[in-house]
Amino acid sequence: MSLLEQSLSDAAKAVRAGTVSSTELTRAALDAIERLDPTLRAYISVDADGALARAAQLDARRGKGEPLGLLGGVPVAIKDNMVVRGGATTCASRILDGFVSPYDATVIERLREAGAVFLGKTNMDEFAMGSSTENSAVAATRNPWDTGRVPGGSSGGSAAAVAARMAFGALGSDTGGSIRQPASFCGVTGLKPTYGRVSRYGLVAFASSLDQIGTFSRDGRDAALLLGAIAGHDPRDSTSVKETVPDYGAALDGGVAGLRVGMPAEYFGEGISAETEQAVRAAIAKLNDLGAEVVEVSLPHLDYAVATYYIICTAEASSNLARYDGVRYGRRLDGEGVHDMYRASREAGFGAEVKRRILLGTYVLSAGYYDAYYLKALKVRTLIKADFDRAFEHVDCIAAPTSPTTAFRLGEKLDDPLTMYLLDIYTISVNLAGLPGISVPCGFDQAGLPIGLQLIGKPFDEPTLLRAAHAYQQATDWQRRVPPIVDGGA
Amino acid sequence: MDYEVVIGMEVHVELKTESKAFCGCSTAFGAAPNTHVCPVCLGLPGVLPVLNRKAVEHAVRVGLALGCEISAFSKFDRKNYFYPDMPKNYQISQYDKPLTSTGRLPILVDGAIREIRIRRAHLEEDAGKLLHLDDGTTGVDFNRAGVPLLEIVSEPDLHSADEAVEYLLRLKTLLEYLGVSDCNMEEGSMRCEANVDVRPTGGGPIGDIVEIKNVASITGVKRAIEFEFERQRDLLEMGGTVKRETRRWNPDSARTTVMRTKELAHDYRYFPEPDLVPVVLDRETIERMRETLPELPLARQLRYMNEHGLSEYDSGVLTAQQAAADFYESCARLYGQPKVVCNWVMGELFRLMKERRVGFDTLQVTPTALVDMLKLIDNGTISGTIGKTVIEAMFATGLPPDRIVVDRGLMQISDTAELEKTITAVLEANSKPVADYRGGNEKTFGFLVGQVMRATKGKANPKLVNELLRKALDTGGE
Ligand SMILES: [Zn+2]
Repeated sequence: MSLLEQSLSDAAKAVRAGTVSSTELTRAALDAIERLDPTLRAYISVDADGALARAAQLDARRGKGEPLGLLGGVPVAIKDNMVVRGGATTCASRILDGFVSPYDATVIERLREAGAVFLGKTNMDEFAMGSSTENSAVAATRNPWDTGRVPGGSSGGSAAAVAARMAFGALGSDTGGSIRQPASFCGVTGLKPTYGRVSRYGLVAFASSLDQIGTFSRDGRDAALLLGAIAGHDPRDSTSVKETVPDYGAALDGGVAGLRVGMPAEYFGEGISAETEQAVRAAIAKLNDLGAEVVEVSLPHLDYAVATYYIICTAEASSNLARYDGVRYGRRLDGEGVHDMYRASREAGFGAEVKRRILLGTYVLSAGYYDAYYLKALKVRTLIKADFDRAFEHVDCIAAPTSPTTAFRLGEKLDDPLTMYLLDIYTISVNLAGLPGISVPCGFDQAGLPIGLQLIGKPFDEPTLLRAAHAYQQATDWQRRVPPIVDGGA
Repeated sequence: MDYEVVIGMEVHVELKTESKAFCGCSTAFGAAPNTHVCPVCLGLPGVLPVLNRKAVEHAVRVGLALGCEISAFSKFDRKNYFYPDMPKNYQISQYDKPLTSTGRLPILVDGAIREIRIRRAHLEEDAGKLLHLDDGTTGVDFNRAGVPLLEIVSEPDLHSADEAVEYLLRLKTLLEYLGVSDCNMEEGSMRCEANVDVRPTGGGPIGDIVEIKNVASITGVKRAIEFEFERQRDLLEMGGTVKRETRRWNPDSARTTVMRTKELAHDYRYFPEPDLVPVVLDRETIERMRETLPELPLARQLRYMNEHGLSEYDSGVLTAQQAAADFYESCARLYGQPKVVCNWVMGELFRLMKERRVGFDTLQVTPTALVDMLKLIDNGTISGTIGKTVIEAMFATGLPPDRIVVDRGLMQISDTAELEKTITAVLEANSKPVADYRGGNEKTFGFLVGQVMRATKGKANPKLVNELLRKALDTGGE
């Protein structure tokens, strides 16, 4: 078995036991990147020297008998919207050309402390706006299962890197499904924690009230390990919550017997592909076989989720992205006077999708439209939250498809933003309600593309999601399948 | 037709906190450009603000002192506009749920109290400063970016430039008493904007308001309002209308000029700041803070007028500065006779402090020492005139008055024989005035007293001098 085939947890264990070194793991991952990434374009930047130096340092520490931390010298990848001190952070945008961060994101600090090795920064939709990683100013990432297809977005680079074994795990960010949907498209496990569970300090903001950092991994066990490393209150993020971090690893076992799983009727309606519906229903039946009780629940405001989401996220984005003006860092174009300079810099620096959303956001916040759009969206958001609250009075978690379809072809939906937006219909409401959600592989369609099962939990109840995911993965093996490209096929 | 002016004031004060509103950077004034900055106040990608509780406390104290309602629940909003000295291109401010609202600031107008209604006082962050360099380029200093600001907005209750000045001085004094701001207009820690509307006397609707920005001194505010009153009145008299616009005060030309017209008014696209949680204050905390408020300046002034019998002017001067009032009050408590204390403090002490540029923080004269000096006058050890010499020495050396009197031999001469000797000598040397006096010119008596005092270097007991001199003049000579 290749070094890269083992899970993050197993690799960390092996390093601790001394059967493999951090350097060997890192080198293997770098080799895989060298071999596969020219095709997949999952990475925006790879820091081979830095990663090897760090691995050597960790190996030396281990040699001296010092503890390495939970992640034990295993290499991981970071979505390029989280800042690492001394390195570039681009958000896949030209406007951040030349920007080097003088500080570390909190998650980076915590991963460092846990003994992670950073391979590099992964590709994404520009400023995390998109569902296909085609809106990257760098390149479009390819789906490892079919390089003619998208990996999903916006954390498509991280998903593809983990799926193609070019990293043992990765961080992504999820604003409306940006971890779960690409995880589903790429056949990996993607966890979006409860809003406030993981500090956003150092995550370049897209929509502050929706953004949440989460993990990509091979399975639920690895997700528990990664989440344990990054979760917890951060005094630098006022919206991060002061709840204690449970032992996610310990929460894995125990099975699903007696667990009440809600099945929302609205998630199996119009728009879902037959194959997806079949696979997800089968997965839920599997949970039932394992002892879970399946209960019908209703989330009646699903239809309004997408519209609500696009009002709130574009409003916040229009404000969050105002700082990119060419004055202090990043790309600057000359202009006559300061306003011309802003205009020229932003015109050249932002891609079409980002511009579209800034304009939308500016519009919905404008005097005279605020009440009709933004304020109304906030009210609907409250209703959506209430839907979940009601459902969770009866169930412990909710099971649903992650995406209505499997990965689509590159370019297929690029000129039709509205259809693209609708693809996030199953993931968006979770962000609006601030809940945790996880996507686990639950089957493949006839084209050989992965299908994802989404589990949604109560606030801060990641343990239940991880336990259910783990029980399911113990009983199935979808997560063990490797894209053909990894072994030189496809 | 007569015209009246209606003025509302918007005052921004920088709050005196150690660190900025949303990060740990220092707020100290005068540092080299961009030395008090961090990723947060520079608005770098990925940063988040964390609210400084001290700034909230300061704002609440001001609100309490202004009799405002303190919101148990308030929140921050983003005010979006592009400006190169604003790192994020939005300002974190408070829009629809400010920390404090609906209060009042009492001012004294012609001896009567008038309450100027306060619409709100809310927290926000300051911007940086543009530096126009010699080579024609512009730099930005972000040291000030993120310093907590309190914006205090009044209702349009002021009716003259003088009232506006009174309002600003009262507000400044209040803020200084509360210890929340330096209120230094030169350093920009207090900035005023006046909204001025001129209309025919006797009401009529409030017309389009002209906002005057960039006024850097209280005199400037006065002159700008006076100018604006005349400008708008002249416009109206000629049948014109006043446009809603923002004007800039130019102290050199002593006029206001257009800065922005209504057509170019900003749409700030306010919305709730998603990176900060709302500010929740429980009643108990607010009440506890209310109890820690000092006696406010106007209350103090009225007490000095009613209980100490001081004039409006004197009590106003004494209470304009908390340290001055504290000093005066300590003396008055130790000595009684507030009017005497007031005269010495406002007379000799203030004169010396002004001349020598000494503030209360470095003043060497303590209230006890001053009172000891007054007692020396009362018990005849020194004369009132010598008192002035003693206080000057106390001011310079910090020594107690009795020590100064002994060291310098300033004791009053009450020895009759000694004084008689001096008087004899003075009478001999001034035969003409003596003759004049005896010829019926009472005025020369004062001159002769002065001569005696001079001969004793002011140490002679003036009462005794009077007595003895009168006797000598009236009995001698025939
Ligand atoms: Zn700072």
